Amino acid sequence: MSIQVENISFVYNEGTPFESVALKDVSFTIDDNEFVGIIGHTGSGKSTLIQHLNGLLKPTSGRIIVNGIDITTKKDLKDIRKEVGIVFQYPEHQLFEETIYKDIAFGPSNLGLSDDEIEKRVYDAMRIVGLDIKIKDMSPFELSGGERRRVAIAGVLSMMPKILILDEPTAGLDPKGRDEILHQIKQIHQMYNMTTILVSHSMEDIAKLVNKIIVMHEGKVSLIGAPKEVFKHVEELEKIGLGVPQITYLVRELRKNGIDLPDDVLTVDEAKKYILEYLRGVDNA
Amino acid sequence: MLIMLKNITIGQYIPGNTFIHRLDPRVKIILSIIFIISLFIITKFSGYIFILLFLLLSVFVSKIPLSYIFKGLKPILVILILTVGLNVFFTPGGTYLASIGPLKITSNGVRLALFMGLRLIFLIVGTSLLTLTTSPIALTDGIENLLTPFKSIGLPAHELAMMMTIALRFIPTLLEETDKIMKAQMARGADFESGNLVKRAKNLIPLLVPLFISAFRRADELAVAMEARCYRGGFNRTKLKQLKVSNRDYIAILFTAILVGIIIWNRFWPW
Amino acid sequence: MGKIIMTKDLTFVYEAESNDSSKKIVLNSLNIDIDEGKFVAIIGHNGSGKSTLAKHFNALLVPTEGDVYINGMNTKDTSHLWDIRQTAGMVFQNPDNQLVATIVEEDVAFGPENLGIDPKEIRERVDFALNAVDMYKYREFAPHMLSGGQKQRIAIAGVIAMRPQCIILDEPTAMLDPKGRKEVIKTVQKLNKENGITIILITHFMEEAVLADRVIVMDNGKIALDGTPKDVFKEVKILKDLGLDVPQVTELAYKLKQEGIDIPTEILTVDEMVRFICQYK
Repeated sequence: MSIQVENISFVYNEGTPFESVALKDVSFTIDDNEFVGIIGHTGSGKSTLIQHLNGLLKPTSGRIIVNGIDITTKKDLKDIRKEVGIVFQYPEHQLFEETIYKDIAFGPSNLGLSDDEIEKRVYDAMRIVGLDIKIKDMSPFELSGGERRRVAIAGVLSMMPKILILDEPTAGLDPKGRDEILHQIKQIHQMYNMTTILVSHSMEDIAKLVNKIIVMHEGKVSLIGAPKEVFKHVEELEKIGLGVPQITYLVRELRKNGIDLPDDVLTVDEAKKYILEYLRGVDNA
Repeated sequence: MLIMLKNITIGQYIPGNTFIHRLDPRVKIILSIIFIISLFIITKFSGYIFILLFLLLSVFVSKIPLSYIFKGLKPILVILILTVGLNVFFTPGGTYLASIGPLKITSNGVRLALFMGLRLIFLIVGTSLLTLTTSPIALTDGIENLLTPFKSIGLPAHELAMMMTIALRFIPTLLEETDKIMKAQMARGADFESGNLVKRAKNLIPLLVPLFISAFRRADELAVAMEARCYRGGFNRTKLKQLKVSNRDYIAILFTAILVGIIIWNRFWPW
Repeated sequence: MGKIIMTKDLTFVYEAESNDSSKKIVLNSLNIDIDEGKFVAIIGHNGSGKSTLAKHFNALLVPTEGDVYINGMNTKDTSHLWDIRQTAGMVFQNPDNQLVATIVEEDVAFGPENLGIDPKEIRERVDFALNAVDMYKYREFAPHMLSGGQKQRIAIAGVIAMRPQCIILDEPTAMLDPKGRKEVIKTVQKLNKENGITIILITHFMEEAVLADRVIVMDNGKIALDGTPKDVFKEVKILKDLGLDVPQVTELAYKLKQEGIDIPTEILTVDEMVRFICQYK
């Protein structure tokens, strides 16, 4: 499923002394089955932006077209929310039911599905995020922080959205918990052909996962493109308080020192390959 | 609902640096109480002239826009109408003026209704002037300080003030949280905006449960953080900001004393 | 150099409500000495016991067995409780849940007020503390108007105002964005270098741990590794098995070594790696 964002602007508290412009003339397109990363520091407008994509916020001006439907004029947004799922920051804070099963079933039952269909979806969602079906009748509050987060993510997956948006899904997790969640997100994207949008502060994670990056700054899109292209703009990214993966810095420094390496290396394994080639080339010479 | 949340303003303090703003909060609280008492001493309309002058002077000095003063009256409109209505129709005696259905209106009724209505308006304007010109923190400090002498009879002055401070500190945080949880549940298809009253109340469960859990978690963490910073109740505690009565306060006290004097004297006037 | 923190066979058993089966040994007979003036990072996955350990340094928890000494004072001795908490201040993860007052400077004053310090001196301490974290110009702000990084700096100022010798920070950057993280770490480094305050930083971010003088890796209530960042991070395999990260360049060095390249494995920074590769030119 695709999204077209056309010239949207958004003003908070319009007409009051607290008026503030959160988005300024933002346009981009996300194609079907893309994996998009959104980066930008706090206050850059990225949270405001994602809330527009399923109609939680309405733009002050501009249009958002999801799968050919203009959601800015649509009254009943239930259909859109069914298609576009958002996992908010610290999603475990939204859990409220007595059992894990009931909490994950909250979304599908709001869609008015049959009990059989709900059950199937809950079980599917639990499997996808790696939760044992056996614990379905436990209270979500008995789980560890990382497990609670998975329950919350399952609660969005059970709505079977075609577009999945995740706002910093790994915030506050330890490296292991972070890697597990990211691995699952990658699997969901591949197995279910879900268009996936990941908001993250970690350039390393973004570099590993996505095929397109949108860089937000002061309510505008400042860069957009493939990771290999976007991460070439080191100075520009640093100027707006962001950076590039450490490995990209390394390769850049090496190039400055006259070592001939490609200028678009983003991961440790790529760097290893090129540096090995280089070192072995030097040895043989 | 979302719009409703945004319109809640906490307290109604309007920052400023005027004579009234800078009065010691304790003095302001006591003078406000004296003002309220003097309202109830008044027996004649003529007394209200001085109240009106006193209030106008205070509003003028505090530079609070009149629109804010009127806004403060809006929530009590119902009570005001009720007070006036009841007094108009149910006061016996005096000359007969008119009747609506079985209800008779008499001159005594109109007089009393007006008298009570004005008293209520002055009461609200006077007290809102206190909250409009005193920050919630200053108010809390003032109340704590005034209640301290009653500690010996078991009144938990410090604890009350600490509770108020923490409440004030966390209201914006919890409002923000409410908005976040609401959006998260709406993204899962929750509906907070339609249905009858019972259904709406039921629909609030996915909002209220996480909100309570989060409030308890915050309370728990805050308690640990306070303990780590050596908090042990009001015992042996000092304050960064000391309240001090200055010349300004004496002037305010003088003006209020004059008002009270005139009002007592007014009771002996023939009209 | 004095030992600011000493633990002797520190064991802590967590008991969930008199239920014997749920007894869990969180800290297992730990012996840790921390020198005054050092910057120590403690890393470990969730549940490794590092937060529980931190709470022992401030007497928020006392050992089930063994002892903890803060500047020579045993945390079991309740008569020293306030001295201990003043000596070893604590900053927590969630910036929202540790600020008490509605105005920044009043929050910073909270600790000294609890200690019953003279108002005039509180004022001096508050101003000093706010300047130390570079937040003086925000002294009259309400906390909810500040960013996460700024709120954490206020929390640090609140500790500084108590004149501590040591600050324990329990994942202070976990909820912050990269900018806020940098602000907090810079502040912490400055307090360590310029004011000689001992820093104990618990973190998940390895780029923060590499800045420390010493890194302690916790696992299952025990110390898995302990040493300088170079000593610790070269153990790439052990760290990965414990579910922890290493800096990308360290990982690269490790992988190059596996390919038979003769490279020192204690490379932590981009510069070190550049220097190594350039010597082949």
